[in-house]
Amino acid sequence: MIGQIRREEQRKKGPVGTMIATKPISNENLNRHQEGSYSSQRMARIGIVVFPGSNCDRDVHYILNNVLKIQADFVWHTDSNLGTYDSVIIPGGFAYGDRLRAGVIAAHTPVAIELKKMAKGGRTILGICNGFQILVECGLLPGALVMNNSLSFVCRWTTIQVDNNNTPFTSLFKRNQTFKIPIAHGEGRYVADGRLLKSILRNNQVVFRYFKDDPNGSVDHIAAVCNEEGNVMGIMPHPERAPVNRSFDEASMIFRCLSTYLQPK
Amino acid sequence: MPFDLSAAQVKWFEIVMAALTKEESRYLAYKLNREPNKTEKEIVAAEWSEHCSYKSSKRFIKMLPSKGKHVVVGPGYDAAVLDVGDGYVITVHIESHNHPSAVDPYGGAATGVGGVIRDIISTGTRPIALLDALRFAPLLKEDNEDGSSNSEWLFRHVVRGIGDYGNCIGVPTVAGEIEFDPSFINYCLVDVASIGFGRRDSIVRNRANYDDLIILVGGPTGRDGIRGAAFASKTYLHHNRSAVQIPDPFLEKLLIEAITEAVEEGAIKALKDLGGGGLSCCLSEMSDNLEKGFDIELSEVHVKEKGMSPLELMLSESQERMLIITDHLKIDNIRRIFDKYELKYVILGKIKDHHNLVIRCNEKIVANMPSNIVANAPLARRFSKRPAYLSTLRLDFTPPVTPSNLTRVLLSMLSNPTIASKEWIYRQYDHEVGLRTMVKPGYADASVLRLDNGKFISVKLDGNSKQCYIDPYHGTLGCLSEACRNVACTGAYPIGIIDHLQFGSPENPEVFWSFRRAVSAINNYCKFMKIPVVGGKVSFYNETSKGPIKPTPVIGAIGLIEEKRLITQSSLKDGDAIFIVGTTANETGGSEYYEYVHRITGGNVAKVDMNIDRLNLRSTLELIDKNAVSCVHDCSKGGVAVAISEMAILGGVGFNIFIDKIPNSCYSIDSLLFSESHSRYVIGTQEPKTVEKILSGIDGLVFSQIGDAYNENVTFKMKSEILIDTDLRAITTNFKRLEQIMTR
Repeated sequence: MIGQIRREEQRKKGPVGTMIATKPISNENLNRHQEGSYSSQRMARIGIVVFPGSNCDRDVHYILNNVLKIQADFVWHTDSNLGTYDSVIIPGGFAYGDRLRAGVIAAHTPVAIELKKMAKGGRTILGICNGFQILVECGLLPGALVMNNSLSFVCRWTTIQVDNNNTPFTSLFKRNQTFKIPIAHGEGRYVADGRLLKSILRNNQVVFRYFKDDPNGSVDHIAAVCNEEGNVMGIMPHPERAPVNRSFDEASMIFRCLSTYLQPK
Repeated sequence: MPFDLSAAQVKWFEIVMAALTKEESRYLAYKLNREPNKTEKEIVAAEWSEHCSYKSSKRFIKMLPSKGKHVVVGPGYDAAVLDVGDGYVITVHIESHNHPSAVDPYGGAATGVGGVIRDIISTGTRPIALLDALRFAPLLKEDNEDGSSNSEWLFRHVVRGIGDYGNCIGVPTVAGEIEFDPSFINYCLVDVASIGFGRRDSIVRNRANYDDLIILVGGPTGRDGIRGAAFASKTYLHHNRSAVQIPDPFLEKLLIEAITEAVEEGAIKALKDLGGGGLSCCLSEMSDNLEKGFDIELSEVHVKEKGMSPLELMLSESQERMLIITDHLKIDNIRRIFDKYELKYVILGKIKDHHNLVIRCNEKIVANMPSNIVANAPLARRFSKRPAYLSTLRLDFTPPVTPSNLTRVLLSMLSNPTIASKEWIYRQYDHEVGLRTMVKPGYADASVLRLDNGKFISVKLDGNSKQCYIDPYHGTLGCLSEACRNVACTGAYPIGIIDHLQFGSPENPEVFWSFRRAVSAINNYCKFMKIPVVGGKVSFYNETSKGPIKPTPVIGAIGLIEEKRLITQSSLKDGDAIFIVGTTANETGGSEYYEYVHRITGGNVAKVDMNIDRLNLRSTLELIDKNAVSCVHDCSKGGVAVAISEMAILGGVGFNIFIDKIPNSCYSIDSLLFSESHSRYVIGTQEPKTVEKILSGIDGLVFSQIGDAYNENVTFKMKSEILIDTDLRAITTNFKRLEQIMTR
């Protein structure tokens, strides 16, 4: 019910950016590329941010371009072009070797400032695994990710359930739909204190939950959260790995949702 | 700024090891035509250590067949290169890190991974998979002879070390094997193999011209791992912590990316990783291979700590370093790429038109020797003698009485950590990153990886120290047969073998006899099967407080699956008819049944008849080719009873087997159930008639339909008498024993 109301509110306010991200943001500096190529039928551009230590960048790139036929480019983290992308994906891996704490060093590089700008401007940002950790460390997503309750790295498949299908990453899913998805992480236990959790729930920010099979002990079995506006999402499981196993490939729908959302309307 | 050795350091060095033998010292002085100085002596000692020079093993492993239609580069280089068609190659290498892992399991295992990955990068290919073969003493104290064991600690941290390193660099750990045996008390064997993939035309050619630049890139050089090669070339008696290197997977990841990028830009002319022996071995071997002289200046090397002497710089085995050769045209590409990844590098020197390795520090020559002398150790003469224990084992042996409750025996076999599910291990390894893993660990006998040309490779490591101890020759043949069977079970034909021969001290004639028997087994098998041995490694001086380890050759098989062929897994399906190919003989010597259930060492080790082995392998592949099977599983550790149970657990379905239908020459029921005879395959099919028809058309093939898969009961019947009666839940629970031990 709460989710329903929230969505109604969003629709009235209209901030989630159906309009925002597909049209260039007026108050932001657009570089030549966008100005030059911008037309009514301009293809949305997706950038895959590569940090030193990113591991799943090539995997995401392969699945998007070669399997799902969604065009996406690598963007080295210091590349000044980052701001020109309509949407960015921060892939999994061990940015800066996960030194100190997963994601924390990446969150203190200049790219973090750019990401915050993009998020504020309503563009979509998807963080997968280590990308989720980075977005949390950037403060773009609430809560924190800590060591799994098993105290060890875990790589296997699990099942997740759609909780919020009103985000740019989940619009084609049905609410409560469940599907299989691979996980691979050491610090994937999502934590938030009572007050924060309440506000996350109230704002309908839980996007996916582990379904009957929580691999890391996350609070409320949370597998993915978004920001209040819904344009930034972090997900611990790896949707890009699902298409390898053709029999369980609902997970890559996340990218299809994103692509649909970014299409000019 | 490096300085000369202090008096205390000199003393410490001398205590750690007496470098060269007297004969070697004399030989060196004779070759140089002068007395070498201290630094030169130490550099040569590192290169002439057993670990780097293969001085005991070279003349034997040289005879192994290494040519084949897929082989581009055979053994002797950092990694072997195999052609997989369409302009693509795979590279493969195996290494062990036994001594360091026994001291520091986490760091030792992790740096073992790092070392083998750099060997793959050295060819200019990107690493796409890791495999590991591990050996420990039993985890439970009561399973060890003196009731004490640190093996749980070793095991836990070795697995974590491999996982943390492989996960961080984004290379999936896809397959492996593990064995527990009391002979590894307070020790462990950690073998790591890696597979690389790349384009044939971008393989680094390792050529150089005069005036080319020699660059050292990667981590700073420190005092860690000094004399690691020497440490590994001695019997492991005390904990020498300073000989173990410190892992930094993040740096390795940057090296992978930077080197791959530089290779793509054609900026690298020659490339080698720094492993055992550090700069000493790397520079001398490279200089010798290229047949060019090297002028090296050490003073600019980036270091971890001040005051390192030239000798320490030369011997340090600090990890994550590589040596590259480039020319003046491409140096700017190299600079740009290394700067992008914030990798430290230093131009160490230049290629010169002499043939010497000239090492300077602050422009003062500290060593100057012809590199072909340094890189080619005089071969050691080792004596061999049949071990006395072999006769004793034979005399002392009495076969056990067949247990009355065979159900309990089966459940106990399944809960044997050597046989039980390895999920606790591979769950800690990211085995899916890279999107190439088509068959994941645990689902089949080997793991299958996707290549970019639509083909697949199937990879597996196998070893069996228990059988190799009782019969080094047939034990080794068995490992070869098993590795090939494993890849064949996924539908692949073996195209290359890698071997890792691990033994005690070669100075012990009995150990050396076993070594020679193992080598001749590999030689005979591979020549007969026409599968080239493309790479390998020898690790001697693996000794514990109780003497030499059991002989442990580890064999890796690489199989190729052509485009659009079926990949088979091991999971039994409901309604499958179960067939067995091959004969079960009375071969329980060194089996898990004797060793784990009865604690008996002795008996007949399973022998491989190579004609039958080849016939059975080809027949099974033919069945897979004709799409007639739903699952295939190799019959090895634990025998046929364990093999079928594993298939049932994986498929989640029960079965009924008629034991009397299994083709055999056994004297007793227990031996029929648990004998580890080779060349056997268990096959499940929904089309028994087709399978029957195909197999009966093959001349000389022994096979039989032995049962069916249905509901949840697990039964083995002899005519109408039920010998084993249990269910899926019981066998599954027992199969999770390893996890229960490690998470209790």
